[in-house]
Amino acid sequence: MALAQHLPALQVILPLISAPLAILFRRAGPAFLIVTAAAWLSFAIAIALFLQVDASGLISYPMGNWQPPWGIEYRLDRLNSFMLVLVSGMAAVVLPYARGSIEREIPHESHYMFYAMLGLCLTGLLGIVITGDAFNLFVFLEVSSLSTYVLIAMGRDRRALTAAYQYLIMGSIGATFIVIGIGFLYLMTGTLNLADMVPRVAVIESSRPGLAALAFISVGVSLKVALFPLHQWLPNAYTYAPSSVSAFLAATATKVALYALIRFYFTVFGDSFVFGKLPLPEFMLILSLFAMLFANAIAIFQDNLKRLFAYSSVGQIGYITLGLSFDSVHGVGASIMHLFNHGVAKGAIFLLIGGAVARMTTRQAAPPAPTFERIAGLSKAMPLTCFGVVLGGLSLIGVPGTAGFVSKWYLVLAAMEKGQWWLVGAILVSSLLAVAYVWRFVEAAYFRAPPAGRETGKEAPFALLIPGWLLILATLWFGLDTSFTAGAALDAAQQLVHSGN
Amino acid sequence: MLAHFTNIITVFLMVAGLFIITARGNLIKKLVGLSLFQTSVYLLYISPGKLIGGTAPILSPAFTVYSNPLPHVLILTAIVVGVATLALGLALTVRIREAYGSIEEDEILALDHSVEDDEARESH
Repeated sequence: MALAQHLPALQVILPLISAPLAILFRRAGPAFLIVTAAAWLSFAIAIALFLQVDASGLISYPMGNWQPPWGIEYRLDRLNSFMLVLVSGMAAVVLPYARGSIEREIPHESHYMFYAMLGLCLTGLLGIVITGDAFNLFVFLEVSSLSTYVLIAMGRDRRALTAAYQYLIMGSIGATFIVIGIGFLYLMTGTLNLADMVPRVAVIESSRPGLAALAFISVGVSLKVALFPLHQWLPNAYTYAPSSVSAFLAATATKVALYALIRFYFTVFGDSFVFGKLPLPEFMLILSLFAMLFANAIAIFQDNLKRLFAYSSVGQIGYITLGLSFDSVHGVGASIMHLFNHGVAKGAIFLLIGGAVARMTTRQAAPPAPTFERIAGLSKAMPLTCFGVVLGGLSLIGVPGTAGFVSKWYLVLAAMEKGQWWLVGAILVSSLLAVAYVWRFVEAAYFRAPPAGRETGKEAPFALLIPGWLLILATLWFGLDTSFTAGAALDAAQQLVHSGN
Repeated sequence: MLAHFTNIITVFLMVAGLFIITARGNLIKKLVGLSLFQTSVYLLYISPGKLIGGTAPILSPAFTVYSNPLPHVLILTAIVVGVATLALGLALTVRIREAYGSIEEDEILALDHSVEDDEARESH
């Protein structure tokens, strides 16, 4: 019983402790076991907390028994308990996959470092989601970011290094902008506890420091979100990172940043101020449309599959911010649903592509880039991998029966509620662009002859196929049974939208 | 003017740091700019926490005016984060130097482009 009370703390502390332990062992085997055990335990805890919040509404946990607002508070509501399930669940799936996939990507002697970094990255992401303290949020953001830079730099291609460096510069500027914003908020309100800040921010938000805080936080978090046009760091980072890292980041990192954006906009500043009194909805709408149309169009012309799906991520983030800009229960609900659905589908796609790349890698050589030329005719050698990627692609398009359809349906619903019929057209056009890039994959994998000289090869290793397919099945499941995703997301949106201030 | 002295310094450092990051192509110089930028935030937090004539927050009848200790503690954390970022950035720069033989952004980009051209030629 006593342990059950401390679940919010254990959620973050278990992965946090796993990282130094993994380094102390200095061997890949024990490091893998420790970090995986921590990730699975934290997934179990996340589910337990989700059910607890479902039953009792709100959990407030005073860290070290220092009462809020003086101490750091961990605060769980519908939104972040849902996010915890996504983040820890993705880590639980990606870690077993990583064991098989990094064998060919990272020198064996630094495997334990890889696991430690993944543990730290998970810690940071979970911490951002669960904490109710503004400065604590920044610290966790940096924990996750710094470990992410290391993970990206572990890619075999030397361009991984420049991608990591570029992300380090952009990410640090973003994080520093967030600290500046939090600093202004602290100066004006005298508190760092987010819940305690709410009534005090309501008084000062129209003042110049209040607006400056909002502006700095918006730009800083948008850098982390990779909101168009602040997305330049993302394509290279996803393309050259090790496969398991691409999958984990695509599914969680930008999503957690979006969570921070929702938290600041809807909880701290209040949507009636941010979206009601400032010209932000129009601004966000335009940027989202640019992301949906331009980034998806750029994706079509990529030669490297990983880069193609990285640009597609930028486009999909556009849907999420579009939903936020509506500032309605359906719009915000659609955004939160899409966070989850897109995370699962894109994670699956990156995992499956990673499996195919691993099979194409010859011993000791660097993994080849998954270009369309190389994957020509791949469906004969790897039918399961290719079919999985196609199913994931259908979810990106939003075909009925996949999870992507559910969130897009609510998004269209929200657009119609606002009477914005032309936006329904824009959503359709961007879905057609998604059809185009998924079709490029289908055409290459199913209808082209394999390049001469490539031996027919075999299906991707099962250890890499199973995690990917697990997520694909989840995508199909959440496309048919929406009680978990739509239920939680709409409830969370209900709590956030027009919540009284 | 004098009342806003620290603020002016803060903003100057902030803008100077951001300018160096964008205007310089040398990876080390970029990191110097990033550090300047982060340092300016330390000032932003600490200077309003100091009351002239205030002491450390020690409860004693002899003192009535205290400085706020919280910003100092926060910035201690931020300094650690800044050091870690700088260390990691420098480590990456070393690795980039080993892999490319250069730490100038334009030369690295040119090398990357030539590799991409080769890849494109191979595949056609």
